Amino acid sequence: MIVEDKSKLRYVSKDIPRKDGVEKVTGSAVYVADMVLPGMLYAKVVKSPYAYARIKSINTSEAEKIPGVRAVITGKELNYKVGLYVVDKDILAKDFARYQGEPVAAVAADSELIAEMACEKIKVEYEELEPVMDPREALKPDAPLVHPDLGNYSYMKGVFQPRPKTNIPHVQKIRHGDIEKGFKEADLVVETSFYNPPVQHVALETHVAITQALPGNKVLIYTSAQSPFTVRSLFSVCFGIPLENIRVKVPYVGGGFGGKAGIHLEPLTYVLSKKAGGRPVKLMMTREEEFNTIPSRQGLYSDFKTGVTKDGKITALEANYYWDAGAYADYGVNVGRAGAYAGAGPYEVPNCKIDSYIVYTNKVFGTAYRGFGHLEVLWGIERNMDIVARKLGMDPVEFRMKNVLRQGAYTITGEKITRSHGHVYDCLDAVAKDIKWSGYKSEEEREKEKKTGKVRGKGVALLHKAPAMPTFTSTAIILKFNENGSVDLMTSLTDYGQGTYTALAQIAAEILKMPIERINVPWDSDTSFTPYDWQTVASKGAFMSGNATIAAAEDALRQIKEIAAQVLKCDVADLVCEDEKVYLIHNPDEYLEYKQIVNGYVYPDGTSIGGPVIGRGRYIAQGLTNLDPETGQGLPALDWTYGAHGAEIEIDIETGEIHVIRLASAFDVGQTLNEGLARGQIIGGVIQGLGSALTEEFKFSKDGKFLNASFVDYKILTAKDLPDSMEQYLIENPQHDGPFGARGVAEHPMISVPSVIGNALYDALGIDYFRLPLTSERIYFGIKSGKKEYHD
Amino acid sequence: MKEYTKELNITVKVNGREYHESVPANMTLLQFLRNKLLLTGTKEGCGIGECGACTVVMNGKTVTSCLVLAAEADGAEIRTIEGEAKGEKLTALQESFIKYHGEQCGFCTPGMIMSAQNLLDRNPKPTREEIVEAISGNLCRCTGYEPIIKAIEAVAEKGNR
Repeated sequence: MIVEDKSKLRYVSKDIPRKDGVEKVTGSAVYVADMVLPGMLYAKVVKSPYAYARIKSINTSEAEKIPGVRAVITGKELNYKVGLYVVDKDILAKDFARYQGEPVAAVAADSELIAEMACEKIKVEYEELEPVMDPREALKPDAPLVHPDLGNYSYMKGVFQPRPKTNIPHVQKIRHGDIEKGFKEADLVVETSFYNPPVQHVALETHVAITQALPGNKVLIYTSAQSPFTVRSLFSVCFGIPLENIRVKVPYVGGGFGGKAGIHLEPLTYVLSKKAGGRPVKLMMTREEEFNTIPSRQGLYSDFKTGVTKDGKITALEANYYWDAGAYADYGVNVGRAGAYAGAGPYEVPNCKIDSYIVYTNKVFGTAYRGFGHLEVLWGIERNMDIVARKLGMDPVEFRMKNVLRQGAYTITGEKITRSHGHVYDCLDAVAKDIKWSGYKSEEEREKEKKTGKVRGKGVALLHKAPAMPTFTSTAIILKFNENGSVDLMTSLTDYGQGTYTALAQIAAEILKMPIERINVPWDSDTSFTPYDWQTVASKGAFMSGNATIAAAEDALRQIKEIAAQVLKCDVADLVCEDEKVYLIHNPDEYLEYKQIVNGYVYPDGTSIGGPVIGRGRYIAQGLTNLDPETGQGLPALDWTYGAHGAEIEIDIETGEIHVIRLASAFDVGQTLNEGLARGQIIGGVIQGLGSALTEEFKFSKDGKFLNASFVDYKILTAKDLPDSMEQYLIENPQHDGPFGARGVAEHPMISVPSVIGNALYDALGIDYFRLPLTSERIYFGIKSGKKEYHD
Repeated sequence: MKEYTKELNITVKVNGREYHESVPANMTLLQFLRNKLLLTGTKEGCGIGECGACTVVMNGKTVTSCLVLAAEADGAEIRTIEGEAKGEKLTALQESFIKYHGEQCGFCTPGMIMSAQNLLDRNPKPTREEIVEAISGNLCRCTGYEPIIKAIEAVAEKGNR
């Protein structure tokens, strides 16, 4: 559905304050972190101090003696496996602890303090094993196996292929065109390699769940999670409890960014509750545990070999990706899959070969993180584009313009670009103009500037991303009317700050022709009451639930009109809706108010017709296919959002510090649903991406211990670290099957922020950097090295 | 580690109301506000004074309440997020946060508002630098801070409250 006349929009596109604003600014919004249930116990976990160890014995007898301890549990007594795509994880480590920080035992007690004291009394005897910390090492034939039993695990067939007796839970292959022919056609072949370290999401509310094992094999779960239905289905599979016996409630959530997709603390709190006689058990991660117990974003090594003609057309791209999955596959296998099918960037690459290896190591494991593999692969892709352009002697903007995907081109999975796709070149054009890009500076200009102690540089970088999700991903919306004609919009999507609930209310108000104030979006998602939604991930929320909302609103209007047609003695086709009224198109004086209809219409003599109106709408991803396991060909993407960043930075030569002067971002959003919220997503995402660019990185000791699990040692950006100025361009080439033509734009802003800084850094210093983050230290030593390429 | 059973009697004024309570010697002000007075608007983001989510105003100064013992607050006047709006009437700053999208997930918002309001109370017309300084101890992962700074600037331009 696209908009014919934007001037007629009343709510869609407007900057409308979020529906949950008052609750959040008054501190009255209740998060799971704030909740206490009657009889509730508090849990704490004992964690492995070693990256890899055999658990020889666990003695819990001292802990059990402490008054107030209600349950102590170890892996041995738990015969369950959990996993999204590869079912490889125990609720508590059993036999082996595979990363430092992995829970090996847990306690539920009357207070957090008692639980903590009991944990200290649990004696675990370990036999330390040689860990494997680097995915490239883990691929070697003699590497220690993180999962010797990989061949026995169950997994999602048709999508993933674990390789038994290796550290590889999946390899995603892309084979498009003829790679050898492509390199033969090339006048120039360039090879580059890049690295991104693992990082954390850093939601301000750490992971927390309260679970109660109820009589009758029933379960009640309150959780700070993105996807109540996915928690429920994975929980059901893990314990063999029927879905309908499990109720998952998600109230306000203090940030997610992908880290709260999937399933985390719910199974452990359940087994503790069960052991404690059914009392509810709450487990909240400490900030330290959030870093080294809860999953993170995977690290990535990437290698590129690019073939180009003299006039700047890409003829071939070969890429190898080595993902540092850590100890468990979780989302990591799918991140590596998405990184592969998006792994050539938003360019037409006629001949492409990609192998994306997801590799187990003895680190805290990887999961989904805003952008799902794209920030990682595009760090290399967009740095590589600049380097290739330079070797060709071509301007990097011009080189990109020659190769970007345009209507009629094919992606590397064989998807044809149509009129419904966005225009990546419009995004590039917007940011290049914004930063007044006029080509790299000369070596003389650099040397002259260096003498002042500060040098400036500019750069651009492109990005793309589509939702990474199963082909059958679906959602539903229910609109129920209150007696006064106002509406409750029921969804199981989780709004942890993106503003999707507000956008859905705008869509409902637009279609129902009623004031947005009269559309209420009740906050808790509840698997027993709100309709199915696969997950709140992948920037698919506004798109899919938006389409479902349109369908639900149209369904409600149809019901309202059917009743009105009887009362007004006319044909449904003669009725029009406006201002919560339905009236005869040729005689507006003949009308009924919605509130007269939505609970049943009562005639003057008391007879009644109709009954409560309930609008229902659904949406399922259209036309997606599984990727061919050998070639990766197929349609993985519901809607691609294209974008670009342009940056101007200044480097202090003495300290290596990067100061961002300007950061301009452009996204082809199709149609803006809420301008304020869209800009909010972009600014927030860009700053989060700037953290990945400048400061964020997990550090491990040689023997695999996590070294920087705090905000002092792991810096996220503060209000003092912002660019001098930022700009956001909302470009609107509509997506024909999007709600009002819209596409998702929640994850995209952080993608390629590291790349644009890296490209501007070259312009400033004439030095290529290949590893993230671009800390002052790294920049400084790069300058000191006197080299043109700094690989450390 | 030892469980402290020793309790102390304290008198604290929170949002204008006086409380006489007995608290364990090792209880933090944050735990006191959240667990004892059930004022859960003040959040815990790290528990070790690094994120600012637990910011409250104590005797006119902002503190990270996870680093203050409840016993230290004996005789003190505390302001928390729950005391900002007067009934249904939001403060100018709260209105401004909503208008400029200064909140997303909302978890840092109470601490952020306490830091910003304290600045505006001391300095009704702060510069951008002063605003940035005042909220630099409050981490936010959602908004990128810029909308928060705009929300505070808008109040500063119009005059506080």
